[in-house]
Amino acid sequence: MLMLRQRGERSGRVAAPAVGIGMVFHFVSVVETAGLYGYANLMTIRQAESSLALLIAIIFTVLYLRYKTATPAALIFPLIFLLSFASAISQHQVAISRSSLYSGWIFFHVSTLIFGYAMLFLSFVSSLLYLVMARQLKSKQSSSWVRRMPALQEVDELGYKALLLGFPFMTIGLITGSVLAEEKFGASFIGDPKVVLSLLMWAVYLTLLYTRWSAGWRGRKAAYLASVGFAVAVCAWGANYLSKLHRFVAP
Amino acid sequence: MNFFVLGVNHKTAPVEVRERFAIPESRLPDALSKLTSMEGIEEGMIVSTCNRVEIFARSQNGHCDLQRFVREYFGFSPGEYESYIFQHEQMDAVKHVFRVASSLDSMVVGESQILGQVKEAYATARAVGSVNSQLDQLLTRAFAVAKKVRSETSIASSSVSIASVAVELAGKIFGSLHGKSVYLVGAGKMCELAARHLIAHGATKIYVGNRTLDRAVALAEKFQGEAIPFERLYDTVPWADIVISSTGAPHTIFRKEHGEKFLHVRKNRPMFFIDIAVPRDIDPGLNDLDGIFVYNIDDLQEVVQSHLGGRHKEALRAEALVDEEVRKFEARAQTAEVVPTIVSLQQHLETLRQAELDRVRGRLGALSPEQEMAIEALTRGIINKIMHTPITTLKASARDPESTTVIDVVRKLFNLRPVTAPQTAAPAATAAPKSAPKAVDAPEAPALVRQNQK
Repeated sequence: MLMLRQRGERSGRVAAPAVGIGMVFHFVSVVETAGLYGYANLMTIRQAESSLALLIAIIFTVLYLRYKTATPAALIFPLIFLLSFASAISQHQVAISRSSLYSGWIFFHVSTLIFGYAMLFLSFVSSLLYLVMARQLKSKQSSSWVRRMPALQEVDELGYKALLLGFPFMTIGLITGSVLAEEKFGASFIGDPKVVLSLLMWAVYLTLLYTRWSAGWRGRKAAYLASVGFAVAVCAWGANYLSKLHRFVAP
Repeated sequence: MNFFVLGVNHKTAPVEVRERFAIPESRLPDALSKLTSMEGIEEGMIVSTCNRVEIFARSQNGHCDLQRFVREYFGFSPGEYESYIFQHEQMDAVKHVFRVASSLDSMVVGESQILGQVKEAYATARAVGSVNSQLDQLLTRAFAVAKKVRSETSIASSSVSIASVAVELAGKIFGSLHGKSVYLVGAGKMCELAARHLIAHGATKIYVGNRTLDRAVALAEKFQGEAIPFERLYDTVPWADIVISSTGAPHTIFRKEHGEKFLHVRKNRPMFFIDIAVPRDIDPGLNDLDGIFVYNIDDLQEVVQSHLGGRHKEALRAEALVDEEVRKFEARAQTAEVVPTIVSLQQHLETLRQAELDRVRGRLGALSPEQEMAIEALTRGIINKIMHTPITTLKASARDPESTTVIDVVRKLFNLRPVTAPQTAAPAATAAPKSAPKAVDAPEAPALVRQNQK
């Protein structure tokens, strides 16, 4: 099923229906796995990656229907592909024991963060698009893909809204994570690379929001900042493989 | 028929060069009188718009140094302008004038503004008297051709104007224009047009800043906008999302430091500057600022150009129409040149005949009416026989570009008075002696030729 999804992604740029079919299969896959192992299964890296990929694909589809533009696909689909691929080859199939007292909270922690990630990624894509489109407008060349894009300000608004929406989720997710970790491991969790990177990412996004509010940063500066944020976010996600806390081997 | 054109336009020179040639309306009469005071230049007219500065002239003797005018009037050295100017002579010049008036030479083929601009230039030139005879006819004809092109082809029907491109670009930046505000700097017609388009697409607030506040108020009233004194320009411009500038200022009005200030005030919300002024009002450096987009007249027109795919066919039809009109004009003009010679030749011989008749009259004594008529017929017959060949030669030469030589030869042979401008209805040409046939209007010319053939 995941294989099908991946195929859909690759041809997605030319064939929207393939994406649709891929998404349906992907959705079925996620739901079935959840049905098999219970919702707590979301807490495996594999499932988290898979869900994030699905979420991003859904967001993209909504945007596609809204603005009739498939341009962001060039940026979005490789990521979805990467996420699904990583998820598919991941050997970890270790679910946290369902009896875990924390499972409800952990589920909450993971799902808010996944949503946060998806939103922040969307905002990153928007800021990159903004940058490229602004360049095009300034250089007075209009290539056909820009003509099909929504207006510059709409892209900007979209990124900003995604940021506004994603940030609280991320904050809540991080707070629940910290509380859970505090209870479980004591103060030592702070030193965990995953935690450090997550906090750094959070700080970058806070800066992004702040500069936007106070000085209305957008365009080049904002895009640079968003890229830094995204890079940190990728590291934070990748740190799943390094972190002790997120090995999901604990009880 | 010695027409000349020299100029710079959007095809030959970028806006940086064109703006140096631009002659503001207020200085046009002065430039025209300088032009016509130059040696050999009988008539002159100058069209100065954002896309072109073109000098039309007619010379008496076929020599006309318009480049000298450029050097003297603008103070340019030849190296500065030579690579940017174009020049046309004679029928090429006629064709050029027709094409310009018909909007075939425009960057946006079929746009309607150029005709109005040429008409304005013509009115100015007429008012100062620098256009009074043949150039006048040429332009009158050009306006008729423009009208014909407009009505017989559809090049104008899908006209994509600068204004609509401005709207499109604004849409690319802002999405919906709803709730957006527009600042007009300068109360010109182009500004008004663009504003009208923007309002039609949802822009709500209009500000008008103009050096003469009265005009700003008048324009603002049309859009229920707000007129703003020019002194407050820099404080108020950041209020607007879209700024359209078309002042006649010789220097830039908005420079980079202004842009930085605007962005600061606006918290970096994007601004769209449209510069339709030549010379430009907006420093191109402004475009380097994050969040400010500057489009000048050339940029806009390039966008327009890229939209023009389907109009090509109609433009070709229009070109053919213009070519035909040029041929007609040429034929008519050449006949018009030949006719005065034929007429004066006829008059000359008639005078000779009368004189000779009067001279021998006394010796003939009393004649019967029949004899009277016979003499009349005899002398007329001789004259007509003599005249026949020169007239047919002249007529044939009318279609020949070398017609002036033949005319000269005929005039010399028969010792006719020198040709004065045939259409010297204007008081300026007082030198026209009575013998010169009065204002032979082009349409009458063929009739006259026919008459003389008998």
